[in-house]
Amino acid sequence: MSAALINLGYLGASALFMMGLKGLAHPRTAVRGNLLGSLGMMVAVTLTLLDRRILGFQTIAIALLIGSVIGATLALKIEMTAMPQMVALLNGLGGGASVLVAGAGLLESKDASVATLSHFTAAAVASGVIGAVTFWGSLVAFAKLQALVTENAIRFPGQYAINAGLAIAAGGLGLWLLLTPEPHAAYWLVVAVSSMLGLLLVLPVGGADMPVVIAFLNSCSGLAAAATGFVLNNNVLIIAGSLVGASGFILTQIMCRAMNRSLVDVMVGSGPPATKDRAAEDLYAGRVKAGSPEDVALLFETARRVVIVPGFGMAVSQAQHSVSHLAELLLSRGIEVEFAIHPVAGRMPGHMNVLLAEANVPYELLKDLDESNPTFEQTDVALVIGANDVVNPLARTDPTSPLAGMPILDVDKARTVVVIKRSLSPGFAGIPNPLFAADKTIVLFGDGRAMVQAVLKVLREG
Amino acid sequence: METAVLGLTIFVLALFAGFEVITRVPPTLHTPLMSGANAISGITLVGALLAAGSERDWLLSTLGFVAVVFATINVVGGFLVTHRMLAMFRQRPTREP
Repeated sequence: MSAALINLGYLGASALFMMGLKGLAHPRTAVRGNLLGSLGMMVAVTLTLLDRRILGFQTIAIALLIGSVIGATLALKIEMTAMPQMVALLNGLGGGASVLVAGAGLLESKDASVATLSHFTAAAVASGVIGAVTFWGSLVAFAKLQALVTENAIRFPGQYAINAGLAIAAGGLGLWLLLTPEPHAAYWLVVAVSSMLGLLLVLPVGGADMPVVIAFLNSCSGLAAAATGFVLNNNVLIIAGSLVGASGFILTQIMCRAMNRSLVDVMVGSGPPATKDRAAEDLYAGRVKAGSPEDVALLFETARRVVIVPGFGMAVSQAQHSVSHLAELLLSRGIEVEFAIHPVAGRMPGHMNVLLAEANVPYELLKDLDESNPTFEQTDVALVIGANDVVNPLARTDPTSPLAGMPILDVDKARTVVVIKRSLSPGFAGIPNPLFAADKTIVLFGDGRAMVQAVLKVLREG
Repeated sequence: METAVLGLTIFVLALFAGFEVITRVPPTLHTPLMSGANAISGITLVGALLAAGSERDWLLSTLGFVAVVFATINVVGGFLVTHRMLAMFRQRPTREP
């Protein structure tokens, strides 16, 4: 098939990608959007297979088969609770593929003498740097989310200096790559340095900052693909890559705003310092009221409006199904029930929504920050399950707090607050939460799922 | 140089298009948007196929092979898992706003 026809086909694929992404951003069109995207991919792949430059199909067939089997198995078998890991892994593979393809492009150009074109090598450097950071950064994120390594921020002295050094080294090597007549070996050196950078950038990021990092890596996987497009001089890669880069960037911004922190703050790990628990002991001493499932059931029985505030703890204890049953039961008794979901609750953007959807919680019961905050004053019981920093009133009241300015759910304005928690250990930010010691708060100490089930049992029997 | 400028033009325009197209994403769609977009970024598969099928030397084929595997997992896994998630959102008995 002629190059012009193939390029026309690629244009069609690009249009499908654009329509697909547009669709994915709206509830009613999301399914169609995803299908349009995959149709675009099918078009692009089919056209590529018709390209005259492809001489043998054996390698391709085997690789496609292996990739499809692994991809499909992962997609169909993965538990919804493991979705953050899955997304991290997919981001990483996209970045990794870009690194390899740009390297292959560089290698191919060796005899074609296009390597003397500096924009071509520059694009390869960009692809290598962004792709390698995405690949290794995502693998670290995956390992943290899968609890293969500690989820806590890993910090060591000189970390920032080392990161800065690596970034400069990658840049310098990239520059050298532009000048050397034999760029291939230098390319892999750039990739190696960037891989270190990717590892070290994500290691210091703690669990609660994961939504920002995952959205950021999502954006990077797109940009890496776009850079590879420059290497191969292929417009569909450039277009699809930059679309994904933009969408990931928008999500990153949403996440940063929801934490009132900049991307730089998150990435260099200049997070809130872990304050020592002196303050916590003073705050909590003798003021925390521990309750029983019976107390809580009684509260629910007399309530007219209940708001459930889930956090990462709900995912950890796999409580989403029990929570869904509780909501169902309360609704069936004529009690108004809503879920208030903070944008950064959980470990990736939209984490809580996915979990609750899996547990069959109706879509329209899930409310975001702006929708739920005005309603807390009319709420009889706010049930906080596994959330901490996102409901800490200090963010509103204490300008010196590391959380200051972060938009929170105003749970403390509800008439009564029930908190299900394993212990009084501080949240990720390491800051004690005065909500737990408030007069209107009852704390149910225990595992999230076990406690919700205990309350359910009392309600059903009562 | 000309091709570079052309590519850059397309890149910048597509970025703008991306920012315009994706506005006000409801939180419920944050995860599927990410996984769906990610599957689209698996478009690197196109380049990977060209490398894997070129049969010029073993290094090129090997790079291409691994790249095809990575990108295919990305594409197939991404679109499928997005579809699975969206199906959960859709199966609501109640009407959507």
